[in-house]
Parts: sequence; C-alpha cells; structure tokens
Amino acid sequence: MSIQVNHVFKRFGDFVALDDVSLDVPAGGLTALLGPSGGGKSTLLRVIAGLEQPDSGTVEVEGRDVTGLTPQQRSIGFVFQHYAAFKHMTVAKNVAFGLEIRKHPKAEVRRRVNELLELVHLEQFAERLPAQLSGGQRQRMALARALAVQPEVLLLDEPFGALDAQVRRELRTWLRRLHDEVHVTTVFVTHDQEEALEVADSIVIVNQGRVEQAGTPRELYDEPASEFVMSFLGPVTRFQGQQVRPHDLVLHPEVQGAAVGAVVKRVTRLGFEVRVDMEAEGEPLWVQITRAAAAELDLEPGDVVGVTVSTPAPVA
Amino acid sequence: MAKWVLRVVVLGYLGVLLLLPIGLVLERTFAHGVGPVWDALSAPSAVHALRLTVVIALATVVLNTVFGVGAALLVTRSRFAGRRLFNALLDLPLAVSPVVVGLALILVYGKQSPIGHWLANRGIDVIFATPGMVLATVFVSLPLVVREVAPVLEEIGVEQEQAAWTLGATGAQTFWRVTLPAVRWAVAYGVVLTFARALGEYGAVAVVSGRIVDHTQTATLYVEQQFQGFEQASAYAMSAVLAALSVISLLIANLLRPEDERR
Repeated sequence: MSIQVNHVFKRFGDFVALDDVSLDVPAGGLTALLGPSGGGKSTLLRVIAGLEQPDSGTVEVEGRDVTGLTPQQRSIGFVFQHYAAFKHMTVAKNVAFGLEIRKHPKAEVRRRVNELLELVHLEQFAERLPAQLSGGQRQRMALARALAVQPEVLLLDEPFGALDAQVRRELRTWLRRLHDEVHVTTVFVTHDQEEALEVADSIVIVNQGRVEQAGTPRELYDEPASEFVMSFLGPVTRFQGQQVRPHDLVLHPEVQGAAVGAVVKRVTRLGFEVRVDMEAEGEPLWVQITRAAAAELDLEPGDVVGVTVSTPAPVA
Repeated sequence: MAKWVLRVVVLGYLGVLLLLPIGLVLERTFAHGVGPVWDALSAPSAVHALRLTVVIALATVVLNTVFGVGAALLVTRSRFAGRRLFNALLDLPLAVSPVVVGLALILVYGKQSPIGHWLANRGIDVIFATPGMVLATVFVSLPLVVREVAPVLEEIGVEQEQAAWTLGATGAQTFWRVTLPAVRWAVAYGVVLTFARALGEYGAVAVVSGRIVDHTQTATLYVEQQFQGFEQASAYAMSAVLAALSVISLLIANLLRPEDERR
C-alpha cells in the first residue's frame, strides 16, 4: 500500500515539529526516514500511524484519506524503539494480542502465532515473559506482534536504537531479509545513516521539520541536494572552499598541474582504509585512501603531496 | 559505632511508640485467657459493630479503587486545564482533620441542607446512617489508591497502550488487557492500605454516625464507648481485633510489595 503525506504541519507549543511536509512512499518498499534527533522524523511516523494528529495536511494510504482515522482503524503495524512489550504476557500472548482482539478462532490464532514466532526465530521462547528476553529478541517479538494482524503498512520508530552495535547490525540485515519475504510497505525511522543506506530502498532526509531530499541511497549519496544531506549521509571534508567526500580526493607524490600542495600532519591506519590528515592552503583537510595507495606513497608527517578531486563533482 | 547508636535509637523509638502500647493491649486482652475475650466479642453489640465496620471498609475499598484508578489515569494520561490543581486536591484529605471532614459532610448532607433534604424526601438517609459513614471513610482514604497507582502509570509510560491501539484494541480493551494488568500490584497495595485505613477510621465517622448503638456504631466507636463505660475487657478485646486486622493487612501489603518492585 502506498502512502502519501500532503502538506502536513504539526507544532507542539512553540516548537514546529513538521513544517509543510509532503512525502510519497511507494507500495511494497522499505523506506527510511533519516535525520538528526529532534528533526521531526518520529513525529512524521506517528502522524502516519494516527498516534499524532497533524494541525493541517492529510495522510493517504493507497489513495484513501486516513487523516481522521484512529490508529485502530488504520491497519498499521507499529514497532517502538523501546519494544512496548506487554510485560505481563508471554511472548506467544504478545504476538496473539491483535488476533485475539479481532476474535479470530483459537486454533487459527495458535497456528498464526507459531508461524510468526518461527519467522522471527523465537519459537522456543513462546512461553517466556518479555523480561526474560534480550533486547534484540524483544524487538523481534514486537515485530512479530505487529505483523500478526497483517497490516497494510509497517512503521518502525528507531527499531534498533536501544540495541548495542553488534545486535543492531544483525537485526538490520535480518529486517532486510524479512522485508524481502513479507513485502509489506515499510517505513522506519533512524538517525543512523549507515543503517539507512544499508537497509532501505529509498531514503527521506528529514531535518528541522522539513524534507531535505528523498531518493534512492545512491541518488542521495552521489547527488546530494544540499550540504546538509551530503554531510549527513557520509564523511565530508572541505577542499578549496567546497564540500567533498574524503574518498573522492586523490593524492599524488608530486605537486603538478591542477594539484594543490598539502602538508601531511598525521597518518592513521583504520584497518582497510587509511586516514590522512593534512593542511592545504592554511585549511585542515583529510583524505581517505586504501592501504595499497598509502603503501605506495609511503607518507610521513611533514611530507608535501599533491591533492586533486576525482569524480563525481563536488557540491557547491 | 554511629550505626549502632542509630539502630538503638530508632528501634527504641519504635518500641516505645508502637510495640509497647500494642503489646500492652494484647497483654490486657488475654490477661484472663481466651474465654472472656470470646465472650466480649460475641456480645450482640460487638458483633454488630464489627460487621458494620467490615461493610463500610469493603464499600470504601470498592469506591476508592474505582475512583483511584480513574483519577490516576486522569492525572497521568491527559492534559487538561487545572490538572495541577486537581493533583494537589487529591492530597487534601491527608491534610484536613477527619473531624472537619465529618462536619463538612453534615453541612452538605444533613437534613437542614437542600441536598440532604432532597435525599431524605426520597427515603435516603446519609447522615447518622451507613451512606454517610462510607462517605466519610472514602474521603479520608481518598489518596491511598491514587498515590500508589499514579507513579506506576507514569513509570510504565504510554507506549504499551499505544501499541495496543495500533493492534486494534479499543480504549476499554486496552484498559482491561494492558493498563490494569500492568498496575495490578499497585492497585492491590492501595486496596490493602485503604482497607486498613477504613477499619481504623474514627474521627470523621464519629461525627457523621451519631454513635447509635447497634445501628451506626463501628468497631472503633464501640471501643471508645466501652472504654468510657469502664467495660475495659471488651474495649481491649475489640482493640486487639482491630490491631490484628491491621497487622494482617500490612503483612499482605508487604507480600505484594516485592512483587511490585521486581517488575
């Protein structure tokens, strides 16, 4: 089911959370709302869910205006950052909740719960309480609970934000695979650009209550519409007054032709890549190069090298 | 060293203020064995007083639980003008003397007042009758459930409830299946406290009851009347029963407490 958000405004007191936001989420895709904390992305997700009412503007699901509908009427699945597990219910009861509310027959509920627990690899934890699960397991339970009612739209609010780095990485790969299996239109909120780039089919950058840019990960990374988008999506450095990606700069042993001379200040080896901090034309600058390139140049602090920009062109 | 001094002082204080008087009551009660105690408690007036006390306490518990959970939801889950004032008013019964509460109830529900007159014409007696005594007891124990439940509601937050909404649960379904189970231990603790407080209420009830023997005399009023009438044996026996009920209530409350804190 596709989602359209049209000219939504939302303020909390004096704070403008959403400032004329319009958005198109294609059916069946996995879309990330990416931006810094307090930028309005969670509010936008909650407006889509019906957990917040916009001051003005509309939300449509598959062309149907749902702005006035309660969350109960919207056929959405919602996953919270802190799981929102029903603490007094077992894992199986949590997953069964939406089905029991809808008064599905007992046998069908049991079958569906088993199916979902298998999908999220929690079948052996069915009779445990949420408190007996790890954070990652609780979030998978919350996901199964949201999917149980076969929502038209799945919304996830910083779903991996409360988990540690390794579990986060595991779960996002797993979410991607799950989405490829289930195919429900999914929107998730994150402030982690790596997460968005890795998991999403399309990314919407939200900042200060506005949509900065929307597009595929490649479009946003290679053709950022603003300095903000560029700096938010990956590392940047300033070269000749312009923002460039540090891996788009090339170092040469001699200062020749169009190359700009730079003095090496510090060389840091970070596994696969090497970070070279330099100073060019009185400004600090850093470059990301491969181990092989670093070995060939054999850089030492104090060395003078030439710097040029490779494609793509930097943003003005 | 300082730790020991503190312990001795605190325990001594508790001993002199709490244990010694209650211990003496028990000692006096059973000074001549169990027989006289049983006789004193099975006197018709004593039985009536105890039964009335339990009826009032149960009615208070029911009213207070419904109101307490509702008020706790209101204070933690909605934003309305005057919410802070409402919140402050909830503690008023702790600050107002029970005697004042009793007098205020007579002013509102006494036969001289329009409300009391209107009710009396419809055959409903409030003052000098059980309804007034329940009202008085409800008033003095009003904050006990709210103040147990509200902090727990605050702590569990709204996300479980919102999750229930997104799963299709109505407001009522969310309350019965998600909110109430999440605060059940706090409710139970509040109920026990209310019950214990209701058993022991004296001042407000004394004013609104009229102290009519075998009619509006509760256990505490009975103790006082017997004591004044030099019927010390039955006064002590009833005191012992009230003390025992309170201790049992507190034991139950303490059994509920750890359950609450483990969560």
